[in-house]
Amino acid sequence: MTPTRTAGGNAREAVTPYLFLLPALLVTLAVVLVPVAQTMWMSLHDYVLFRPKNVPFIGLGNFARLLKDEVFWISLANSAWWIGLVVSLQFALGLVTALLLNQSFWWRGLARGLIIIPWALPSVIIGLTWTWMYDFNVGVLNDVLLRFGIVEKPVAWLAQPGTAFYSIVLALIWQGFPFFAVTILAGLQTIPDELLEAAEIDGATRFQRLRSVILPSIAGVIGTALLLRTIWVANSLDVILVMTGGGPGFATHTLPLYAFLKAYSGMEFGYGSALALVLTLLLLAVVFVYVRRQSRELGR
Amino acid sequence: MIDRRSRLQKFVEVEIPVLLIALFAIGPYVWMMLTSIKTDADIAAFPVRYLPTQVTFEHYRMLLERTTFSGNLLNSFIVALGACTLGLGVSIPAAYGFSRFRFPGRRVLMTQFLVINMFPIVLIIIPLFVLMRQMGLLDTVLGIVLGHSTFAIPFSIWMLTSYMNAIPGELDEAARIDGASRLQTLRLVILPVVLPGIVTTGIYIFVTSWNEYLFAMMLSGQNVRTVTVALQLFIGEFTVQWGLLTAGGTLIAIPVTILFLLVQKRLVGGLTAGAVKS
Repeated sequence: MTPTRTAGGNAREAVTPYLFLLPALLVTLAVVLVPVAQTMWMSLHDYVLFRPKNVPFIGLGNFARLLKDEVFWISLANSAWWIGLVVSLQFALGLVTALLLNQSFWWRGLARGLIIIPWALPSVIIGLTWTWMYDFNVGVLNDVLLRFGIVEKPVAWLAQPGTAFYSIVLALIWQGFPFFAVTILAGLQTIPDELLEAAEIDGATRFQRLRSVILPSIAGVIGTALLLRTIWVANSLDVILVMTGGGPGFATHTLPLYAFLKAYSGMEFGYGSALALVLTLLLLAVVFVYVRRQSRELGR
Repeated sequence: MIDRRSRLQKFVEVEIPVLLIALFAIGPYVWMMLTSIKTDADIAAFPVRYLPTQVTFEHYRMLLERTTFSGNLLNSFIVALGACTLGLGVSIPAAYGFSRFRFPGRRVLMTQFLVINMFPIVLIIIPLFVLMRQMGLLDTVLGIVLGHSTFAIPFSIWMLTSYMNAIPGELDEAARIDGASRLQTLRLVILPVVLPGIVTTGIYIFVTSWNEYLFAMMLSGQNVRTVTVALQLFIGEFTVQWGLLTAGGTLIAIPVTILFLLVQKRLVGGLTAGAVKS
């Protein structure tokens, strides 16, 4: 589609694209690629920030330590459960919302705008508002549940290991379902009306239309959205950091949060780097699938 | 498609569920705003007083007069503007390069920009802190802007490349035949056409940078503290004064909500370009 001018063998034309890319590549090299290399280097050393003169090389020592670290395994299990639960529930609510918003009713535009709001908010505010609603003494959630007689006395949602994890999951579902709703809605709107009409004429019930016409038509969108979201949820730690800081105990520790806390509070940059690398390696499979899908675009 | 359902059926099956979901979506947001205009007595009451007995802007006044919050707002604004400038400044030429040239390494480089956007923040933030400490960039605007460019640049390049790909190549051809250089073509022909896309991308970078917490916290100190970091610190400082905190939250949230609502429709297309485009 785009004309290629390099065919003439003009040397100056051949370097032109690289000149256009140069500034972006230089900044990226400085702020991403060098740091990643540094992470790899640090992960092989016993690097503690307040001891800069003494950084012994310990080979895979950090990784060996990690295998014996109970908190690592707790964080890993929490992460897996966390990703599965958050992504699937965000998706389920997002899909339902998208299907509803794809019907016509007079205030659809308004509803669409309102539903997007959680997506726009910073994680600090999401953490703050939900912490406020979960408040033990004067929180609105306890108040509502008491009024309806669902609980008999106030619950300390974020202070108990049993409830803290699920309380944050709910906040994250709230934050993330608009992304699914909006992307799936965009996909739904590309399905030609004739297709649905044909199915209706053939006597398909509404559920059959959903299963055999609608869902297959938007499988691509759903796949991309699920992959993107899995990566985001797996990497995100700020809402947890704001709401519980990983506690009580290790009940809300996830892998990225543990890596961050090790470096930030523990000053153990070597060990934190090793944890971050393990997270990256575990995620690589998902990233690989996503990148392969997206790079089909490149050939065009 | 012809809808054969009655109005009542539609009301029960569509409008009521949508209403419930919309309430879930805006409930916490509205609750934050409501709390911010209540008196301390109303906030501390249990059972909860849902509506304020008296509307007060005292928390806002205190926040802006007695704390560093207005300075933090300014910091956030400068950082977000800086992230936009740096992000767009290097991404516009890069996107032009990706969109208009076919050269060895194009695929690898473009994939690279996609992959680094997927890296966990912890993978980058830990070494970046060490590097910036060595270079004296901690607690400077430039330091945080560079931190934010780790997500702003890859995102902008992908968005802008897809916007530029939508512009027919004949447009550049015509300009080139008229004797325009590559840079002139980009500046005089491509930029005006792709401007809506640039604005969308810029606003998205602004919102993401304004909202960002981890880089801002790790890389800032007393001098350039942003609003998100300041708000989180208030929780420790003011033994949880919810009036003050929700007032701060409201002030942070309103501008980005408006900006986000403005661009979200065009954004979705870009985010899922691969799949939605048919």
